[in-house]
Amino acid sequence: MDIDLRLPVGLMFSLTGLILAAFGLFTNGVAGFYSKSLGININLWWGLVLLIFGGLMALLGLLRQLELSRIAAIQEARNRMRTMAPRRDYGPLH
Amino acid sequence: MNLTAVDWFVVILYFAFVVAIGFLLKRRIKTSKDFFQAGRSLPAWICGLAFISANLGAQEVIGMGASGAKYGLETAHFYGIGAIPAMVFVGIFMMPFYYGSKARSVPEFLQLRFDEKTRGLNACSFAVMTVFSSGISMYAMARLIQALHVFDGLFRKAGLPQGEIFTFAIVLSAAIVLLYIFLGGLTSAIYNEVLQFFLIVAGFLPLVLLGLKNVGGWSGMRSAVTAIDPRMMHEWKGVMHASTNPMGIDMIGLGMGLGFVLGAGYWCTDFLVIQTAMASRDMDSARRVPLIAAVPKMFFPLLVILPGLLAITVTSSQGQITGPQVHSAVLSPGSASSGTTEGRGLIPVKMNPVTGKPMYDANGNPILDYDMATPNMLLHYFPTGILGLGLTALLASFMSGMAGNVTAFNTVFTYDLYQPYMRRGASDRHYLLVGRWATVGGILLSIATAYAAINFNNIMDTLQLVFSFVNAPLFATFLLGMFSKRTTGHGAFSGLIAGTAAAMLHHGLTLPAEALRGIHGGWIAVFHRYPSDMAQNFYGAIYAFTANFIVAVVVSMFTKPKPEVELVGLVHSLTPKPAESHLAWWKRPQALAAAVLLGAVVLNLLLA
Repeated sequence: MDIDLRLPVGLMFSLTGLILAAFGLFTNGVAGFYSKSLGININLWWGLVLLIFGGLMALLGLLRQLELSRIAAIQEARNRMRTMAPRRDYGPLH
Repeated sequence: MNLTAVDWFVVILYFAFVVAIGFLLKRRIKTSKDFFQAGRSLPAWICGLAFISANLGAQEVIGMGASGAKYGLETAHFYGIGAIPAMVFVGIFMMPFYYGSKARSVPEFLQLRFDEKTRGLNACSFAVMTVFSSGISMYAMARLIQALHVFDGLFRKAGLPQGEIFTFAIVLSAAIVLLYIFLGGLTSAIYNEVLQFFLIVAGFLPLVLLGLKNVGGWSGMRSAVTAIDPRMMHEWKGVMHASTNPMGIDMIGLGMGLGFVLGAGYWCTDFLVIQTAMASRDMDSARRVPLIAAVPKMFFPLLVILPGLLAITVTSSQGQITGPQVHSAVLSPGSASSGTTEGRGLIPVKMNPVTGKPMYDANGNPILDYDMATPNMLLHYFPTGILGLGLTALLASFMSGMAGNVTAFNTVFTYDLYQPYMRRGASDRHYLLVGRWATVGGILLSIATAYAAINFNNIMDTLQLVFSFVNAPLFATFLLGMFSKRTTGHGAFSGLIAGTAAAMLHHGLTLPAEALRGIHGGWIAVFHRYPSDMAQNFYGAIYAFTANFIVAVVVSMFTKPKPEVELVGLVHSLTPKPAESHLAWWKRPQALAAAVLLGAVVLNLLLA
């Protein structure tokens, strides 16, 4: 079974976003910490953006992955039934 | 650069994912087709993002920032004229032959269409070129890591000598790229290129936003840049004559040279990018790949050129780092930046690597180290935390460029050099194994190139010059091959040789203004002086293309063409049009192409 690329991409960006946002919260209000980024808590804000992006990607990837495994399960069940039941000739109807 | 634990965490997280993808995909590699061509099974959007990412190496991210700082918005021509039309062309007109012919590589297409010697010539030059390009990429990355002092703290703590950082950076990046390609082949490279694409956007977008906010938005940037050089805020104004635009080029050189010859030559014939499209699952996807790639490509000028342009508007020089190889000669950080020995904005003066003193041109003006524009912007605007993300984006861009070269090399080596010339008719397992070891060999050769570059500073410039001679005429061969059934193998081969010779001769006889004879041209005699090296480059390409075209046509007239049955699927007039009627009208490649071109025109008008 293939992996849907959106899953690892989503996972990586969610984690990166989470780390940045958490670090942003932790350093929020520390004097002079964000003087480089014009006083904007860029870690918090950009971390949240990445978290949303990553979450969406992971969700889409997960849905597709579930669908794929469902298809694979049905396929497998069909194969098993075919091998278990002795093949009989049901005539032209079948 | 002061990196803290958070920054390292982000960097290491990225490396972990890159390697994990390689391991996950290992199970999928059973045949050589899986390894070299990703099983021809990937969806169009993945290949499309990898298509741009493969090209988004160091030269692109650092080089476009540098060019933005030097020439301004005119740099966007590399996208608007150079890349977008060529990407549309390859998707609509050329992909049916690349994908439909079942060729496994671009040189193999040449073998099917022409003959063995044309393939041999192309395969050899291409293989050498990819190895050296990835070596250049490695070298540039190691230099940048040194200049930004990324590993200095780490090395100090571990008690290792600082001189080993160069080796460490090269070995680390090579080992990671090697690991994931060795395991997962082209699929792994493509998946990681997609990851790298998103990372580059995630790392550079906040940089552009912060930079723009600092100067007061777009209008603030316009007035700040205009105060330095009013020509830099225009992409098109003054393009009719070489003396009225910063790059020193004219309309003919730009349209013909950059658009028709160089841009099309790169995007339509370079296996480095074409391989990603050839890995997609069916003909419709393959044709959509370059078109999908063109959509984000349109907006990339804003992402990679603007940092350079914004860098020259920054007035304080806090957090600035001078060029590579400089340790003691730091520019006085507090003093006003308007003096002649100072850099411009965040752009430092280039230092002589031997003496450590500033370098001056023939007129006594300091030479600026534009390559530091984008890295200095990262240091200037990013606090710790997001700085790790910015650094990761930079590393990702280096690695994606390197990986594209390595996968192109192992495929061309195995299918176009090893299989036909060294061992024919071996088992598929054997070629898969050869491909894996070609990856190792290619990376080792790249490392050797990177080290050669330390000792012979000019080797890189010389190599890139030679490659430009080989590449310049290529597009004519493909154009004649795909659109005229009369073109013969002898014609194509002699045309390529003639085109390369013309490019060399042109370079030997002309010189850009204010350049000394030698590596910049004029090594035979100086017959003509161009206003800039850009103009020389574009016109050289036009001459090479024309020479190739004429010689190929003339020789073809006197030699026997292949019988028509052998050319079905390879030449336009003998190939049935790819079926499109099963697609809704807005899903057809033409509709997508029209939308892309319209978007490109609008964007060009906005930047005019």
